[in-house]
Amino acid sequence: MLLSKKKGFFTRIYIVEIIQGLAITLKNFFFSRKVTIQYPEERRAYSDRFRGLHYIKATNGVENCTACMLCPTVCPAECIHIEAGEQADKEKYPVRFEIDLLRCCFCGMCEEACPKDAIKLSAIYEMATHSREVLRKDMLLEQRGNK
Amino acid sequence: MDNQFLFMLAKLLFVVVALISVVPIMLWVERRGAALMQNRLGPNRAGPFGLLQALADMIKFFWKEDGVPGHVRAVPYLCAPLVSLAPAFMTFAVIPFAGNIIFNNEVFEFQVAHLDVGFLYIFAIASLGVYGIVMAGWASQSAYAMMGALRSASQLMSYELPMGLSVIGVILAAGSFQLQDIVALQSQELFHIGSLSIPKLGIFIQPLGFLIFLTCAFAETNRLPFDLAEGESELIAGYHIEYGAMKFAMFMMAEYINMTTASGLIATLYFGGFQLLPGMHTVLDLIHLTGFEGDCLRAGFQMLSFGLKIAFFMWFFVWVRWTLPRFRYDQLMDLGWKVLMPLAMVNIALTVMLVVYKVI
Repeated sequence: MLLSKKKGFFTRIYIVEIIQGLAITLKNFFFSRKVTIQYPEERRAYSDRFRGLHYIKATNGVENCTACMLCPTVCPAECIHIEAGEQADKEKYPVRFEIDLLRCCFCGMCEEACPKDAIKLSAIYEMATHSREVLRKDMLLEQRGNK
Repeated sequence: MDNQFLFMLAKLLFVVVALISVVPIMLWVERRGAALMQNRLGPNRAGPFGLLQALADMIKFFWKEDGVPGHVRAVPYLCAPLVSLAPAFMTFAVIPFAGNIIFNNEVFEFQVAHLDVGFLYIFAIASLGVYGIVMAGWASQSAYAMMGALRSASQLMSYELPMGLSVIGVILAAGSFQLQDIVALQSQELFHIGSLSIPKLGIFIQPLGFLIFLTCAFAETNRLPFDLAEGESELIAGYHIEYGAMKFAMFMMAEYINMTTASGLIATLYFGGFQLLPGMHTVLDLIHLTGFEGDCLRAGFQMLSFGLKIAFFMWFFVWVRWTLPRFRYDQLMDLGWKVLMPLAMVNIALTVMLVVYKVI
């Protein structure tokens, strides 16, 4: 509903209002605290629960992953591809573990589904590359955080 | 070649170079000023305080792919940036930027063209600027561009009239269309308080006319709060939506040069033009040069004070831009026809009375 407010003559000619507005912008120009984060030098502090670039947690240099296939099953973007293999001590392990970063929606479901605490999402958010990156197992094994 | 001809060439070169160099400075001032008013920092990477940002922008504009979209009418599309840039340069021709100097008994004027119709020339050329916008909008074959062009044209119609009428007050007071005469008038004394002399500045004898002219100058240069031709939120970029690279930069240049001319006009009409700023007389008296050298020094100081006045109004344009929101279209028309027109008429009537009764 359109409400017409009764205003005085001086309010309606707006000159005083304009001058007040100009004073406010000038005050901001000189005295306000600037909120810009100077990016490469300063960084925004994100929460510990931020979901960024993936990694597979390793204990004593061996990946925790047992290729149980729970993460590709739960993945809504279908971006995880695992090829399972067996080792001499009859333990299942991923021969190939790939995450297609272009498809990933960083929902963190894989992290939640993992029974072995293997796949993790780190706090790294700089993922710009020159190629269409698919994270291979050797890239994923780089320990990118301490979650 | 006589001295006058050489001096004319020097003046032409000076004015054109000065007008072009305003553009990169204003780009920086605008971006930096906008940022600081919005609690940001703005461009500060290229050079000290980001001063080289304008250079980086220029390089970018030159190296960008300068494509012509397939659906445009090519000839008017390519002409439009030129048509809007040329009048922007032309209007500055009649604005005097320093007092005369005398060398070998010859008078040298710091004004590119000494036209007796000074004012009419400015209005005639300034309204040509809109042709560039209309051509751009029409040739672009795009609804947004067309809307922007139409808005710009009707905005010009509704603001050119009160603008012309508001200036009549100053012309009546000065009794001349010549901008030199108007500046000369403003050096006379209006009244004095003790030893402090108040000059006859346009702002004192025409306060209402000044407000109308200022408002119309914003509309004339298509600056916020009247930048309906561009209207980022509803028309995206308005008339220059189909333009890129250097052609787009030419529209930007035209806008900034128009701003310079408008600031120059405001300074000339209402703030004493190239009259020295308070305090400069004392400095000149201290240096105390006479003859030709003294004249040159005075002209230099006059150019400086005119430049400072222009700079203040350029800054004012930027300041207002980040303070006031854009007008709605019907509000803009209302303001033009229902408020500024009658006010300008009232202003003329008042001025006529004051002039007849010899008050001003």
